Order: sequence, then C-alpha cells, then structure tokens
Amino acid sequence: MTETYVIGVIRFIGLVLAQVLVFNHLNILDMINPMIYVLFFFWYPVQDNQTVLIGISFLLGFSVDLFSDTMAMHTAAALTTAFFRYPIMRFVFGVNLEFQNFRISNSTRVQQLSFLALLIGIHHLTFFVLEIFSLSNLLLILKRVVLTGVSTFVFSVLLAALFSRRRE
Amino acid sequence: MQRIIDFILRNKNTLLFALLFIISLILTIQNNDYHRSRYFNSANGLTGSIYNTSFSIKEYFNLKEEYEKLLEANRRLETQLFNLPPRDSMALDTAELDYVVLSGRVIKNSFVEPNNYITINRGSRDSVFQDMGVITSFGILGIVEKSSANFASVQSVLNSKSNINAKILHTDYFGSLTWNQEDFRIVQLEDIPRLDPAPMKVGDTVVTGAMSSIFPENIPIGTIEQFSLNDAGSLYNIDVRLFNNMTNLREVYIIRNRKRPEVIKLENEVLND
Repeated sequence: MTETYVIGVIRFIGLVLAQVLVFNHLNILDMINPMIYVLFFFWYPVQDNQTVLIGISFLLGFSVDLFSDTMAMHTAAALTTAFFRYPIMRFVFGVNLEFQNFRISNSTRVQQLSFLALLIGIHHLTFFVLEIFSLSNLLLILKRVVLTGVSTFVFSVLLAALFSRRRE
Repeated sequence: MQRIIDFILRNKNTLLFALLFIISLILTIQNNDYHRSRYFNSANGLTGSIYNTSFSIKEYFNLKEEYEKLLEANRRLETQLFNLPPRDSMALDTAELDYVVLSGRVIKNSFVEPNNYITINRGSRDSVFQDMGVITSFGILGIVEKSSANFASVQSVLNSKSNINAKILHTDYFGSLTWNQEDFRIVQLEDIPRLDPAPMKVGDTVVTGAMSSIFPENIPIGTIEQFSLNDAGSLYNIDVRLFNNMTNLREVYIIRNRKRPEVIKLENEVLND
C-alpha cells in the first residue's frame, strides 16, 4: 500500500516537472504544447477513492497553472477530468470494472487507448472552452484544440509505453 | 438534519467538484483584470527558483550565441556614438539621469499562448516593480506586471492585454501597439488616422512614442510589413514585424523612469479635480 502512495507522489511531481520544464516549451509548429500531465488520471489506481482523486486533481492542475501563468484554467480542466473519470471508465471497461482485482493493464489495447483518448478529450475541451471565454479568436482556438489534442495523445501513448510496468 | 448530512455524504464528490470548480472559475475570471491576483503567477518564490535552476543548466549551451548578440549590440551602439555630433561634456552623474537601466535574464519564455508572460530573474530586491519597461538590445519586449523578491513577471507584447504607445520613426503620428494573437513575429499598430498621402511606406521603422511614461521615446519595435485602411476608412491597420526574435530571448534590460511617479501624481491630481 505504501508503495502505491510513493509511486503516486513521484508520478505527480514527475509529470508536473515534465510538463512545465519540457512540454510547455515544445512549441510544435509554433503553436502546440502537449499537456501530458493528463496521464496522471490514466495511471491513477482504479479502485481508489473518488473524493481523494478530485482533491489531488485540484492540486495537480494548480501546480501546472502556477508555472504556466494560466491562472486556474488547468485546475478547472483537471477537476473536470477527475470528476468524469469514473463514468468514462464505466463506459470503456463495462462490467470488468466490478471485479476486485481489475487493473487497466489487464484490459485490451483498444480499451486502454480509448480510455486515454476520452480523458484527453474531456480535459482539452474544458481547458479550451475556458480559453475561448476569455478571448475572441474562436477559429484559431478550435484549431488548437484539435492539434493539441492529437499531439497530447501521441506523446501520452509514448510516455505510457515507456514507463508502464512490465506486463506479466 | 440527518437527511441533510446524508445528502451531503451521498453527493460529496459532486459537491466537492462543484466547489473546487467554482473556485477555479473565479480565479480564471480574475485573470482578465489588468492587475492579477498577487501570488498566482510564475514570479513567486517556488516556481521562480525552479525555473532559475533549469535556466542555470541551460544557459551554458547558448554562451557563444549570446556573445555574438552582445558584440552586435555593442557594434550598433558604437556606430551611433561615433556619428553623434561632438559634445563638450557628458553627464556621468547617475543621479541626474531620467532613465535607469538594469540588466536581467529571461528564465521562462512563452510565445504560443494567447496571453504570453515572461519571467525574469530580477525582482523588488533589485528595484524592479510594476509598470517598468523591458527591452532587449534589438527592441521592446513588454512591461513588468508583477514582481516578487527575486523575480518579475513581464507582460509580453505578445499578449492580448498589451497596449503600448508607438509611432512611425521621424513622424509624429502615434497609435497603440496591440497583438491579434495570430503570429508571434507580427504585432499590430492601430489608431493612426488616415492621411493623403499615407504617412508611411512598407519597411518603415516603428518605434515607441513619447506618450508613455514607461518607455523612453524612439526605442525600436519593428518594421512595417503591410498596411491597409480599416472598414470605416478612417484609420490604418498596420502590421509590424518585430525586430526581436521572441522565440530566443536571454538578456534583457529593465528601464526605470525616475520621473514616472511625478507624472502619475500630476495626472491623478488633474483627474481628481
């Protein structure tokens, strides 16, 4: 149990640092910065308490916001992702979720990828809707939603493959 | 009472989510004010020192390029100096100068967001405060928005809230410099009235105007890329290509106008009368 906590804390710090020191400065095509910290929600233990996750997601989003000068837009996006994580899991994994020893690594590749894609989708949607509210350039921002979403997905899949625990 | 507690316990996730979400919305909406809330920016102690550590590792990789840039800036200054008419004497007493210039370094840069902020490693301990101008040896960069003890957050010209007084060099037509969030190489000069013939050509230099108490006059900004009349046909829309390469910023200079407090005080007195 302690091991899970330690891994969780390391992931939290690692993802925030990777996000603000590396991925916030990628500037692919001069406009895209992938938001790979969404992986936190992908890696978070399935059976763990939902309320705790919402609290952690607030901290996660807020840490990224502090570094990126985006006020609380990452916070709002991370909160929404945390809140809809359980419904998304029900949708993707179905009844498998009820089993006591269910793990995401036991599910099929398609299920894993669609889970990740939905998490990224809901996160980016919230984030960019908030950005649209504060800005006028609608079309430009819609373009960014799509491009950023795709790049986040690609980078997240790569990172997930790199850091996942070996399958038995 | 029991029912209320039951209700809260049953819906604790939704309630917690709603509460935190509203908090973050309030914080985001506050962001639209010019003066943002005090602690939530990357100029605070913790984030500043992490960016500073990361910068101090990266800075060694750019030393050669940095040296070339300084050499080039020095060459331009020397050229200007040699072409000045000779003077009998030169004021060296720093207490007499209107503008005080401090040097600093960019520790966090951003240019792809719709509202870009730059963090520099100078703060209130170095007498860097809100509303001081920041330039590089090539041209203007932005205005200090907030400073902590050791760091300051600079509102870049690439920010939808940025609005800087600017004019076309050697004329007195001035307007305001804004950014339409599309291209980080191009900013817009607005509010120059229509005249026949047009007071500018493509390629003319745009510099800071005299209407600002933040920047001295005639600091270079960029060159005119193209211009057209607005829909009403009364004002020009001018695209200005920045001299600064906003993607590659290291050394910056912070300008303090010693007479600014006097100007502000006078303006407030007039307003209050």
